[in-house]
Amino acid sequence: MDSDTSPVPAIRTTNVGVTFGGVPALREVSVDIHRGEIHGLIGENGAGKSTLGKVIGGYHAATSGGMEVFGEPALAWDPPAALARGVAMMHQELQLVPALTVAQNVFLGIEDQNWGMLRPTEADRLRRLMETSGFSLDPHAVVADLSIADQQKIEILRALARDARVIVMDEPTSSLSKDEVTQLHQSMQALRDEGRTVIYVSHFLEDILAVTDRVTVLRDGEHVKTGPTSQETKASLVSAMLGGGKTETPFPQKRPPSDSEIVLDVAGLQSDAGVRNATLTVGRGEIVGLIGLVGSGRSEIARAIVGADPASAGTVSLNGTPYENRSLAVSTERGIVMVPEDRRKHGLVMTLPVRGNMTLPHLTHFSAGGLIRRRLERARVTELIDYFRVRPTAIDGDVSTFSGGNQQKVLIGKWLLENPQVVILDEPSRGVDVGARERIHEAIAEMAAGGAAVLLISSEIEEVLGLAHRAYLVDKGVTVEEIDPNQSDEAGVLSALFAHQASAEIKKAP
Amino acid sequence: MNQFAIARFLQSYAVLIMVVVLIVVLSTMSDSFLTVRNLLNILNQNAPLAIMASAMTLVIIAGGFDLSVGAIFAMGAVCSAWIALHVNPFLGLALAPLIGLGLGTVNGLVITMLRVHSFLATIATSLIFKGIAIVISDGRLIPVRMAEFTWLGREKIAGVFNAVWIMLIFAVILTFVLNRTTFGRKVFSVGGNEEAAILSGIRTDRIKIATFALAGFAAGLASAIAVSRVSLGQASAGTGMELQAIAAVILGGTSIYGGVGAVWRSVAGVLLLALINNGFNILNADPFYRDLTTGLVILAAIGISAGGKRR
Ligand SMILES: Nc1ncnc2c1ncn2[C@@H]1O[C@H](COP(=O)(O)OP(=O)(O)OP(=O)(O)O)[C@@H](O)[C@H]1O
Ligand SMILES: [Mg+2]
Repeated sequence: MDSDTSPVPAIRTTNVGVTFGGVPALREVSVDIHRGEIHGLIGENGAGKSTLGKVIGGYHAATSGGMEVFGEPALAWDPPAALARGVAMMHQELQLVPALTVAQNVFLGIEDQNWGMLRPTEADRLRRLMETSGFSLDPHAVVADLSIADQQKIEILRALARDARVIVMDEPTSSLSKDEVTQLHQSMQALRDEGRTVIYVSHFLEDILAVTDRVTVLRDGEHVKTGPTSQETKASLVSAMLGGGKTETPFPQKRPPSDSEIVLDVAGLQSDAGVRNATLTVGRGEIVGLIGLVGSGRSEIARAIVGADPASAGTVSLNGTPYENRSLAVSTERGIVMVPEDRRKHGLVMTLPVRGNMTLPHLTHFSAGGLIRRRLERARVTELIDYFRVRPTAIDGDVSTFSGGNQQKVLIGKWLLENPQVVILDEPSRGVDVGARERIHEAIAEMAAGGAAVLLISSEIEEVLGLAHRAYLVDKGVTVEEIDPNQSDEAGVLSALFAHQASAEIKKAP
Repeated sequence: MNQFAIARFLQSYAVLIMVVVLIVVLSTMSDSFLTVRNLLNILNQNAPLAIMASAMTLVIIAGGFDLSVGAIFAMGAVCSAWIALHVNPFLGLALAPLIGLGLGTVNGLVITMLRVHSFLATIATSLIFKGIAIVISDGRLIPVRMAEFTWLGREKIAGVFNAVWIMLIFAVILTFVLNRTTFGRKVFSVGGNEEAAILSGIRTDRIKIATFALAGFAAGLASAIAVSRVSLGQASAGTGMELQAIAAVILGGTSIYGGVGAVWRSVAGVLLLALINNGFNILNADPFYRDLTTGLVILAAIGISAGGKRR
């Protein structure tokens, strides 16, 4: 047994069960998490990973069962109690105060103070913390202005600032670039080597295999297995997660675009949000990728094209006619849609049920004389829920309580109800499990085959290479090079990106 | 029913539960309370406020606030009395809702074009509307003692006051609009997440303008009923009604953050406030305790619905 290698585990859950409104999210989960290990936690969307993490972090009370932390029972367990005992949690959906600065967020609740009066030492403290952890951020930057990747770093720093002995990281890498992921992995290993424990939730099985010491698999709220990672392979993990002999399939077959007609033509586009010179074309039925490091301005290019940010120079043409005075409403009317990367901020209306969210952009098609055709709406939404295997399957389900991956499925599903002319997808498969990823990829390929011009943005270079017919490399808001995904591999693309970055810096240097 | 369903139930029906409790309490305390006559009177008296609260529900669901409906009510009252006196009584009644619609549209345009928060914008427009009402009425009362004018507020159909019918029809129509039409869906989405609504191609400004126009229309309609009942137009009419309407909406559980709410619950909110008043009247209770009691009842309703929110 594992338990004799480490007699007192950092965390021990005994038959933990959690139910939401009578529906079980976790059933009788008993896991030991050892001191000084990186413990992987995997499972399909809705399997209960975040729920287990939140029980450990004190955000959800277990409905049944119990938990021990460093050998002592966790009683009256809530986030402050957990922090006091050295257990910190980084949420999947970031929980920062947008109006405060980086330093203020990191030290929220543990400010340097004298009798309640703040001392201006936070910036220095943060600098020291960043030196030891290898992250770098401007302590005085306001969180609302930062990218998700940077916000994620703040969450990590926040846990480190509390000197946590157990840190739960719920999908921390879903919006980090490759080198940032590597950096994060190094910090995890450093934490482990100091004797701390990291619980690492991720859908990237390669990452789990690469850095974790042991791994726990959940399926439908039940504990499938826990064991040393060295004894697992990708295939064994996938089959444990899915509960069958299923394995991950490769990307869908690329279907060459039927004609070469250019639908979207962008030339010299600039915006104050950080687009410095974007020039690209997307043809009918074509999938074109934008590849760049996080912060390279890919999303900003998308936003400038659809009119979410005002452009300061450059042109956008649609089917050969210039499209000026762009706005989101006009773009949607003309069939240019953007699936945003931040599903909580820009994507879903959390107060509407699944049904209302999915049909929101297509209300004219689901209504007659202003009245919603409810039967039609129900039928189509039910189809999409089946197709993407959204869990729970309720068409009136409250999306705000859905697991991250299932929210993402609703967000993508919403745009597939109808075939748009141009569709820009920003991180379409963020946070979804292998099965749903496959469905989303298939749906993207089908959309293109149906005649849509698709612009695909993803931090996963493999995803772009696997799906796109053509791709552009983006660096600091400039489309620097066009590449042929079929002739490129991830390593080559990365080195090309770094080369561009380096040459740009040399040019800038006096 | 499991625990969760009970919680949900409490959350959405807190205001109704309080209404029922009050009805039971008042009917045991006084024989004259639970009479058709008294109940119809309560409804009749509060019909204008209920109409305004119904429309206010849409404004708040879409994430806005309208502090000018009291002033629009005053404009409606003064204008309809003036037109009734100088032009035609029927025209006076008919124009009041349209004047309200126009003023509400102005509100919407100001808010969306200047990009100011509706709270601030409607404070400003309410002063302007009220000021115009004072100018039109010359600061005096405008009495209109004509049967062609007073029928709306005083007569009955099938034994029930016209005002009550109008209120019921209005609330039912708004409920239908909110739940069954694309417009209603858009109202919910604008208040729930405006950015997501914009990215879904919804012209959120138009939706907001429409909700304010509707609130203005409702205030005008309410003023026509009220001024016809008292056969008197004056610029001080409607003072404080905007706050009562907002209180009733929020008491009904509509979220001040937008995105969630229901019209019937706002009507129930109006009823709850009205029952407290009525109780004081028929029980001849010391009016010194009126505010205290109202506050306690509101707290109780909030407590019930908050109890539902905890799992
Ligand atoms: N607050 C809540 N209210 C109701 N149901 C909830 C709530 N939180 C989670 N659930 C449900 O519990 C189940 C497990 O959710 P959880 O977030 O733990 O999944 P997950 O494994 O983290 O999935 P993902 O990979 O998509 O993030 C889901 O079916 C979800 O809908
Ligand atoms: Mg999760």
